[in-house]
Amino acid sequence: MEPSPRAFKANAREAVQDPQLKRALAHVKVGFIGKRAKAVARLPEFDALRDAARDIKVHTLDHLDLYLERYEERVIAQGGQVHWCPSADDARAAVLDICRRVGAKTVTKGKSMISEEIDLNQHLEANGITPVETDLGEYIIQLRHERPSHIIAPAVHLTKDLIEADFRAHHSHLPPERSLEEPRELVEEARGILRERFLAADVGITGANFLVAETGSSIIVTNEGNGDLTQTLPKVHIVIASLEKVVPTLEDATTILRVLARSATGQEFSTYTTVSTGPKRPEDLDGPEEYHVILLDNGRSEMLAGPFREALHCIRCGACMNHCPVYHAIGGHAYGWVYPGPIGAVLTPALVGVEEAGDLPNASTFCGRCEAVCPVRIPLPKMMRHWREREFERHLTPRAVRAGLRLWAFLASRPALYHWLTGWAARLLALLAGRKGRLRSLPLAGGWTRVRDLPAPQGRTFHALWAERQRRAGK
Amino acid sequence: MSAGRDAIMGGLRRALKRGAKVADAAAQEAVDQRLSDIQRGLIPARAQIPPRAQVDLFESMAVEQAATVVRIASLDEVPAALADFLKGNNLAPKLRLAPSPELENLPWDGQPLLEVETGRAQDSDQVSLTGAVAGIAETGTLLLASGPEAPTTLNFLPENHVVVLKASQVVGAYEDGWDRLRESHGPGQLPRVVNFITGPSRTADIEQTIQLGAHGPRRLHVLLVEDTDPENGR
Repeated sequence: MEPSPRAFKANAREAVQDPQLKRALAHVKVGFIGKRAKAVARLPEFDALRDAARDIKVHTLDHLDLYLERYEERVIAQGGQVHWCPSADDARAAVLDICRRVGAKTVTKGKSMISEEIDLNQHLEANGITPVETDLGEYIIQLRHERPSHIIAPAVHLTKDLIEADFRAHHSHLPPERSLEEPRELVEEARGILRERFLAADVGITGANFLVAETGSSIIVTNEGNGDLTQTLPKVHIVIASLEKVVPTLEDATTILRVLARSATGQEFSTYTTVSTGPKRPEDLDGPEEYHVILLDNGRSEMLAGPFREALHCIRCGACMNHCPVYHAIGGHAYGWVYPGPIGAVLTPALVGVEEAGDLPNASTFCGRCEAVCPVRIPLPKMMRHWREREFERHLTPRAVRAGLRLWAFLASRPALYHWLTGWAARLLALLAGRKGRLRSLPLAGGWTRVRDLPAPQGRTFHALWAERQRRAGK
Repeated sequence: MSAGRDAIMGGLRRALKRGAKVADAAAQEAVDQRLSDIQRGLIPARAQIPPRAQVDLFESMAVEQAATVVRIASLDEVPAALADFLKGNNLAPKLRLAPSPELENLPWDGQPLLEVETGRAQDSDQVSLTGAVAGIAETGTLLLASGPEAPTTLNFLPENHVVVLKASQVVGAYEDGWDRLRESHGPGQLPRVVNFITGPSRTADIEQTIQLGAHGPRRLHVLLVEDTDPENGR
């Protein structure tokens, strides 16, 4: 995907005015948050498990080189292959090589964000191979030539009516008078069409939620079963995964699994958790003859050295975006690259450059809900603040903002002046606002007042109130 | 080794400041230790209950996830219970049976109308019947492992998946399932595919409303064989 986070502000402005998107995003606010809260309430150990999950990630990242060595050894011992890919280009080329060698025409795909990150579908299509997304949400957006707007619910920005229209337009061989009113009918239709694709595919590509060093296994978590049909039916199974997906043992993966589904969809456990180890064994009656792992770096080993290491804890549950007021308002597409929401605001600058994606870490109110729900306790607001500091240091922050910050710094380091000035400013604003207590426009605050009124300060400043309180307590 | 591997490993070692002899040796030892002396993490109290209670918890959690569970007194009752399931759901009397001697040797001739074929699943199969390695009480999850007697396609292609689970196979936590697999396959070894299955296939990709039978089975039916002493569960 050609990153376009530079367009963030324009995208966001457009998104907040899109009534269809607003309707669709209402499901995020209600559905995901409530379901997660219920699942968490049922498991008294949930917070302790979050600590345990974070500790596993900390330990693994501290020894990432060694665990990857062991992981590779185990994969090879089971008859599989690991392809080490420093860049997206390398990963695309490795997948294409395998597909070409086996003469693949169609490739079925389970849901994979790494596939989006490396633009795999475009590359396969450009080389005459047809990729077929099989996760229902991914299938829908593939029909629409769109990108996922959420990492676990890729079509969350769409309403049922839009999906019905897409199915009618694309499945033109089916009787036009058929009913597609109910979500059930849409699911049935997709099931029928994709079943044929599963059976015809030459290669199946899945992502991975975990790679296990102990056994050389890859683990996927799904609800539909599409990932399982993708990797069981064709003669070749390719796993594409980034290198921070490795965990030491099956027990470690299990601990993290206990927080994954609960944080993501609010399920006790996903319907299918599938652990795959190597290709078909000689005595097996089904399964792929080849098992390949595309191991992608794409900037992650650099993140390991710096202040953004903890972003590599991410298990891609989506809880941070599900709870983010900014995501609720603008959806995922506005972020302009693969990973939206708070984790996107931290990852995108690291993976495509802060020059490109500087607006993303600024699109936060620092309300802290993302960190409060993160199952591996990534300090997302702190990291967004790091990016803002970096932008300032590298003079990427706009001139007006820099001047404003400098002025504020000048005042803030002179408390007497600051108190005097803010006291007067508060009084002046209250006076201007009059009895309504709201301002319709204000010089320098046009960004705010263009779309809403600015509430005027009431009464005295915090500092004044505090000083009085201290005086009283002193009596 | 490949250039890609060298580049990535070089980057990781730089990031982790490898190269100091003592520290490197300590790191290697920590990794070897963790992989050879495998420790369990935190197991929820919910899973640490007596065997009898585990069977009940398995059933209630599985039913909550839209699976159906029928208890039968012995393995010999499987064919009749399967026939009931087919009738109850208006399904044709045809079955794809996992090629496991334990299941093949059940009294299928007591169901003369039932057409039973063994082997891996074909696209036209409507109903499959398989065994399981374990039932995990914690979340009502079935643990199945691939092998010559248990082809994976049986778990996903047919619209109806019937699983024979013995009460003696029910365990508390996922970790108990790993232990059973380590016993049968050896440490560090797994069957090609291990499936944890919790209820039938589903999707919520259309407006967050849950629909069953997305790509995998629409129905997951468990025949729970009471092969343990009802008093203490052993």
